[in-house]
Amino acid sequence: MAERETWIILGATSSIARAFARLAAADGADLLLAGRDEADLERACGDLRARYGAKAEVFLFDAREPGDSRALAEAAAARPGTLNVAVFLGSMPEQTAIDVDPDLAAGVIADNFSGVVSALHRLAPLLEERGDGVVVGVGSVAGDRGRLKHYVYGASKAGFHAYLSGLRNRLARKGAHALTVKPGFVDTAMTWGEKAKPLMISPEAAAADIMRAAKRRQDVLYTPWFWRWIMGVVQLIPERVFKRLSF
Amino acid sequence: MTVWRDAALTGWGRALRASTRAARPERANQLIEALDAAGPSLCLYGAGRSYGDAALNSGGATVITSRLDRVLAFDEETGEIEVEPGAAIGGLLRDFGPRGWAPPVAPGTGFVTVAGAIANDVHGKNHHADGSFGQHVTQITLRTGGGETLTLQPEDEAFRATVGGVGLTGAILSARLRMRPIAGDKAFVRERRMPSLDAFIEAFTESDRRYSVGWVDAAATGATLGRGILEEGESTGEPSRERARRARAIPFDAPPFLLSASVVRAFNAAYYARIPKDGRTRVRPLSAFLFPLDALADWNRLYGKRGFHQFQCVVPPDATESLRAILAEAAGSGLASPLAVLKRLGPGSAGMLSFPMEGWTLTVDFPAAQASADLIGRLGATALDAGGRVYLAKDALLPPSAVPRMHPELDAFRAVCDRLDPEGRMTSDMARRLRIRRAADG
Ligand SMILES: Cc1cc2nc3c(=O)[nH]c(=O)nc-3n(C[C@H](O)[C@H](O)[C@H](O)COP(=O)(O)OP(=O)(O)OC[C@H]3O[C@@H](n4cnc5c(N)ncnc54)[C@H](O)[C@@H]3O)c2cc1C
Repeated sequence: MAERETWIILGATSSIARAFARLAAADGADLLLAGRDEADLERACGDLRARYGAKAEVFLFDAREPGDSRALAEAAAARPGTLNVAVFLGSMPEQTAIDVDPDLAAGVIADNFSGVVSALHRLAPLLEERGDGVVVGVGSVAGDRGRLKHYVYGASKAGFHAYLSGLRNRLARKGAHALTVKPGFVDTAMTWGEKAKPLMISPEAAAADIMRAAKRRQDVLYTPWFWRWIMGVVQLIPERVFKRLSF
Repeated sequence: MTVWRDAALTGWGRALRASTRAARPERANQLIEALDAAGPSLCLYGAGRSYGDAALNSGGATVITSRLDRVLAFDEETGEIEVEPGAAIGGLLRDFGPRGWAPPVAPGTGFVTVAGAIANDVHGKNHHADGSFGQHVTQITLRTGGGETLTLQPEDEAFRATVGGVGLTGAILSARLRMRPIAGDKAFVRERRMPSLDAFIEAFTESDRRYSVGWVDAAATGATLGRGILEEGESTGEPSRERARRARAIPFDAPPFLLSASVVRAFNAAYYARIPKDGRTRVRPLSAFLFPLDALADWNRLYGKRGFHQFQCVVPPDATESLRAILAEAAGSGLASPLAVLKRLGPGSAGMLSFPMEGWTLTVDFPAAQASADLIGRLGATALDAGGRVYLAKDALLPPSAVPRMHPELDAFRAVCDRLDPEGRMTSDMARRLRIRRAADG
């Protein structure tokens, strides 16, 4: 690498984010790990320093605090070279919990959508200015169609998908790029509490897939790949049939 | 809040399974939370590479530590490293090998976690030169069954109980160990045909290489009994033409005929003949040499749905006739799979219940079936009669009476467990089956 490169990782404590940060560090990039759990983020930074000699720092960031986005953009602006941003942030309470307490919806939308958008929207001008860099936005196959089981979560991810496609259009004009990632079932803490799922992949496999797609500047990535086909079928089901399904 | 899930966990041999309430924390504070909330019956689980029931806990709670895999500190000068319990041995080699440091001891698969390596005081192809894993551990942070966090040094009794203690002293929260300097992350590998057991024994005795291991044709009988291939290695910085491989998955359980006696015999003959008569020398990635099976993910499915048992024993250096008898009985049974391994062990071990002792260790796989279980029982008895041991990391079948015979320090071990865990929370299917913690009840 001729110039310095930084990966800013939002939601850096998630298991896919951890694996992704290791791949970036192994490539020689600097890391800014953003999230809420300072002690855990410090451990993650220590790991990247020890394993890869990476320059890794913690940035305390809460998607529900508008001030944090501003501070993050300032910290990013102070870094030389290429800026990349990967968003692994998100939360997924049970739909039934939201049904009981609708106030939970606002938090889910902040974590998965509005908070992330306000951060990315402050970072986007920096990527434009520098004329390179990649935004990786991790959405979900749940955002492809609202399902009974997870539709508040799905709606927030669908909003994020639409935002990313607009951002991609904007960044492309200035030499930067945005990648939309739609993971299927990945074996993470989020899926641990649920029933065992078929076709599960490891966080490491998902992270490797995402890094490959980011380097190739792919637009939309389903990981693992066959989810593109599964969701293609799910989207073809007519609404009058779909509304009776409960998966 | 800890998320518990009803899970069916299996040992690597897939012959034994357990229905358990499992948690898989990803952060240090969540680990403590899970341990404290686990209830009266608790077992730790790493990468699940023990073959039998060492990490299983039917009807109780299991805390899986494989997701806690961060390196906490590394000293470039001394090679001392501190890691979370779930750090995989193979990952340490991948990341530190290029900088000239290797995990001090590597078992035959890189998926094994540091805590799992401590809990079974594992040995590697360099045991005769470098001893067991626990001998390189300089500090263990342990959360006892009683809920205390202790920092243990090698001279502490509790340290010697935790190393090789199959998880029964408590949960390892982190560990410090000394990595070993290597010339490079490649290996000079010399392979030679060994026409008989005697040839093997002689060659092992003379070998002066850092790494040595023997593949044995466990289907060969009579004059060719114990024939095989001796692999010796030495780390090097020379380039290798072999590329590190991505693991390929085995997507289904194999049909039973794959392990029928005639298929195994044919496979073994071809495997033996593959090495030229006067041997060969190659430069290979060190990881490919140390972890030969890791290129095939989930290879345990090759044994089909019913799973398999791995038998591993060690007998003292001069008990070569017992070794021959064990091998002859295994070979004569027609049950053995192609995976048989012979190695010379040195005296090194670091725990009260450690497996390694000076002598000959033999490892053979058998498909799970009553005939195999009976045979393994006889093989184990021969090894114990010779003053040897059977390896708990592999075992699913020993009787409780074997444990005090193999491990003279058992009483001291039990006393430490009682002190650290007065309520007896730490347990496992193995602990109950073998009555490791208590002589009488379960
Ligand atoms: C292909 C293959 C090759 C092998 N080759 C060798 C070899 O050459 N030499 C050798 O010695 N062994 C070998 N083994 C066995 C393996 O090294 C041991 O079984 C090892 O203990 C497995 O570690 P694990 O991380 O998978 O732990 P598990 O198998 O999940 O658990 C092993 C033990 O560690 C305990 N444990 C796990 N985590 C913790 C924790 N955080 N705190 C306290 N206790 C814990 C468990 O309770 C259990 O008793 C091999 C296994 C395989 C599958």
